[in-house]
Amino acid sequence: MTVDSLYPRLEPLLAQVQKPIQYVGGELNAQTKPWDDVPVHWALMYPDAYEVGLPNQGLMILYEVLNERPDALAERTYAVWPDLAALMREAGVGQFTVDNHRPVAAFDVLGVSFATELGYTNLLEALDLAGVPLRAVDRDESHPVVVAGGHAAFNPEPVSDFVDCAVLGDGEQVVGDITDVVKAWKAHGRPGGRVELLARLARIDGVYVPRFFAVSYAGDGTIADVSPTRGDVPARVGKRTVLDLDEWPYPKQPLVPLAESVHERMSVEIFRGCTRGCRFCQAGMITRPVRERTITGIGSMVDAGLKATGYEEVGLLSLSSADHSEIGQLAKELADRYEGTNTGLSLPSTRVDAFNVTLANELSRNGRRSGLTFAPEGGSERIRRVINKTVSKEDLVRTVTTAYANGWRQVKLYFMCGLPTETDEDVLEIAELAVEVIRAGREASGSKDIRCTVSIGGFVPKPHTPFQWAAQASAETIDSRLKLLREAINSDRRIGRSIGLRYHDGKPGVIEGLLSRGDRRVGRVIERVWREGGRFDGWSEHFSYDRWTTAAAEELAPFGVDLDWYTTRERTQDEVLPWDHLDSGLDKEWLWDDWQESLSEEEVADCRWTPCYDCGVCPTMGTEIQIGPTGRSLIPLTPVPASTR
Amino acid sequence: MARQPSGPPPPPTVQKLRLRYTKRGPLRFASHRDLARALERALRRAQVPMAFSAGFSPHPKISYMGAAPTGAASEAEYVEIGLSRRCDPEQVRAALDASLPPGIDVLECVEAGEGTGALADRLDATRWRIDLPGVPVEELAAAVAAMLERDVVTVTKRTKDGTRDVDARAAVVSATVAHEAGCAILHMVVRQLTPTVRPDDVMAALAVVADLHPPLPVRAVREAQGRLDDSGDVADPLEPDRAVRSYCQEERAPV
Repeated sequence: MTVDSLYPRLEPLLAQVQKPIQYVGGELNAQTKPWDDVPVHWALMYPDAYEVGLPNQGLMILYEVLNERPDALAERTYAVWPDLAALMREAGVGQFTVDNHRPVAAFDVLGVSFATELGYTNLLEALDLAGVPLRAVDRDESHPVVVAGGHAAFNPEPVSDFVDCAVLGDGEQVVGDITDVVKAWKAHGRPGGRVELLARLARIDGVYVPRFFAVSYAGDGTIADVSPTRGDVPARVGKRTVLDLDEWPYPKQPLVPLAESVHERMSVEIFRGCTRGCRFCQAGMITRPVRERTITGIGSMVDAGLKATGYEEVGLLSLSSADHSEIGQLAKELADRYEGTNTGLSLPSTRVDAFNVTLANELSRNGRRSGLTFAPEGGSERIRRVINKTVSKEDLVRTVTTAYANGWRQVKLYFMCGLPTETDEDVLEIAELAVEVIRAGREASGSKDIRCTVSIGGFVPKPHTPFQWAAQASAETIDSRLKLLREAINSDRRIGRSIGLRYHDGKPGVIEGLLSRGDRRVGRVIERVWREGGRFDGWSEHFSYDRWTTAAAEELAPFGVDLDWYTTRERTQDEVLPWDHLDSGLDKEWLWDDWQESLSEEEVADCRWTPCYDCGVCPTMGTEIQIGPTGRSLIPLTPVPASTR
Repeated sequence: MARQPSGPPPPPTVQKLRLRYTKRGPLRFASHRDLARALERALRRAQVPMAFSAGFSPHPKISYMGAAPTGAASEAEYVEIGLSRRCDPEQVRAALDASLPPGIDVLECVEAGEGTGALADRLDATRWRIDLPGVPVEELAAAVAAMLERDVVTVTKRTKDGTRDVDARAAVVSATVAHEAGCAILHMVVRQLTPTVRPDDVMAALAVVADLHPPLPVRAVREAQGRLDDSGDVADPLEPDRAVRSYCQEERAPV
């Protein structure tokens, strides 16, 4: 079967839309394979705008891993903005991949990576544009298998009507297992149709097929029971974990777009997982244990990636990069390697620690020095004990002051608002901190030309964390605390003018909360919102709170539940949570104990450096902490070849 | 006093190269900023020894000029780059061309001739070719004639601050109509004035004077860019640089 490119029909539409370059593909390191050469075709989607989706590491990794297989090809597709979507519907042009502009409907598998729940309406829009039935039960053998992945897939219940499968955990190996199953099923003439294919997929470790599980509800609206409807699928689905990251040095050839994207740099993941135990952090909980890439593995990836891309900045990514066991040596030796090349190295936001200033100094030696970002997350020492991100006020001020004294002019601090047990006073301490930081910073640097940006977001409780039982703060609470904070910062203009405050109102967080801890009944709300025009919900200019609240009120009323029931209601210990049958490895009792300890402001240490505290992940998943130091070091690279001399 | 980064200043520019490159196929949808990013990264991949500006945020020395609008293809985009080490222009051209995506093709690279002045000063007009599929050639010819008869044709341009009225007629030096494979084609030479009159503005002018509304999107290609010469055509802007170079080579030629 030959699949024709939609480009000739798409091209006339592109002249009429904003930023058409995002739809034409042709990125450096993009791969195109002949359709007929392989039995299994994957469309990989990031359900947000191209500029956000293209730099996504997860999608880039799977794109390469799949394209390296001789029996599969993978192409990428992103959410289409409403201006082009309208023209596509008019012209009858379906959702397309950017690589070869093939129709998404023609692929065997549509893999969708959900970093955030606010991408759900974009999935529905893409399915509809592709001509694929919205509901999984309405699809037949000719339609792609829709597979959800990413962190949000750890509770896919709200989208369980629309996806065929969800994959839990690391994707590198499971995409291969899925490819094998699809390939064998096609080769044998698609025996048993779509249901048989899904049954085979459900037997792969880490693959959850919602239609094979029945959910029943109790009189009070809570879940009574979740159990499989077939004997041949497991009752609990566990996550996948890739061990030995040096064996998986992806992406090897990072994609470089022509269009501007949100990350104008190359990224190398220096470790996966985090055991700091920040209680709000879903990523830290579901990606355990810590698995480091070695210093030499990182060095080769940086070298190969820079040669393949021409980027002038490399981000050393992870959930807490300064914690890498070889980070000091890595920073120095990488900076030595790239001396005199205008190549900058950077870390994402780090914990508040004076050592991290030294690291940043070293990393920015050869490149542009923009700003430093720390993430204290909580405004007061008390709330930082609640969330298990302990740092004293003195240490915080000292660290930021050190940064100013070292020539950094711009420091950004990340905070959250609406954390469990939080009061107005906890949030107002952020203002005190910022003022002290500026005062001390002006003194230490001898300059008034320094700035501190306070970036603050509303906290959303997430599944598989100790806060999964917590009541989410209402939008009104968030907004009133942010207002108090703004007033406090502006009360002294002489200091306040050096402090920037960045925040969002509390409303999108409430909807994210509904989608994060929602169950299958929430699917009707998502579909209704999409039918009424909802898409790009992560973008304030497209997000409509009223559309969501009206849809939630009307669609949830028949079930006797509402938006508040899903968001601002605290759960009890014995409640069946919608994701209890999905196993991140964390012991539910440990999570509950950690939740109780949080309420009594007790801290828990990091198991990398202290004995195991039995969170349950390693024994359940058969995994182990993999850290250095390795004792190896980076040798200088051979000088730049004089190809142009 | 302004802060200065520690360490020695960056090496100075020792050679300036002037390049002509294209924007073809799907890459006609690239904006000038997209092209600038692509070019900077390609220069790094090709390991061209760029000169950098001084300061905390060093930038490679690249001068962009007269970019064709997003959606218009081009055979004649120009850029000047400053190098910290002398290189053979042809080798730079080949290395850069190889590291740019297909569609952005580096066609020429010459060393800036001393005393020839700024390249930007030599780019004051464009020769455009606009394909108008679905438009009868007679209709286009009549519309173009009607436009050329007028002294002023005011059109409304969309800008980022709203709209503004512009005379699209004054910039048009010449316009002729042809057809190829059943498609009407408009050839025209347009002066680069401020504000710039783009192919879209000329299409708007044809709509104003003759109610011409093509049924399909038109395709514009910038065929040449340079100084308007006495015959009303566009001169090769790199010619003065070549002239200086060949003069120098003659001087040095062994007897």
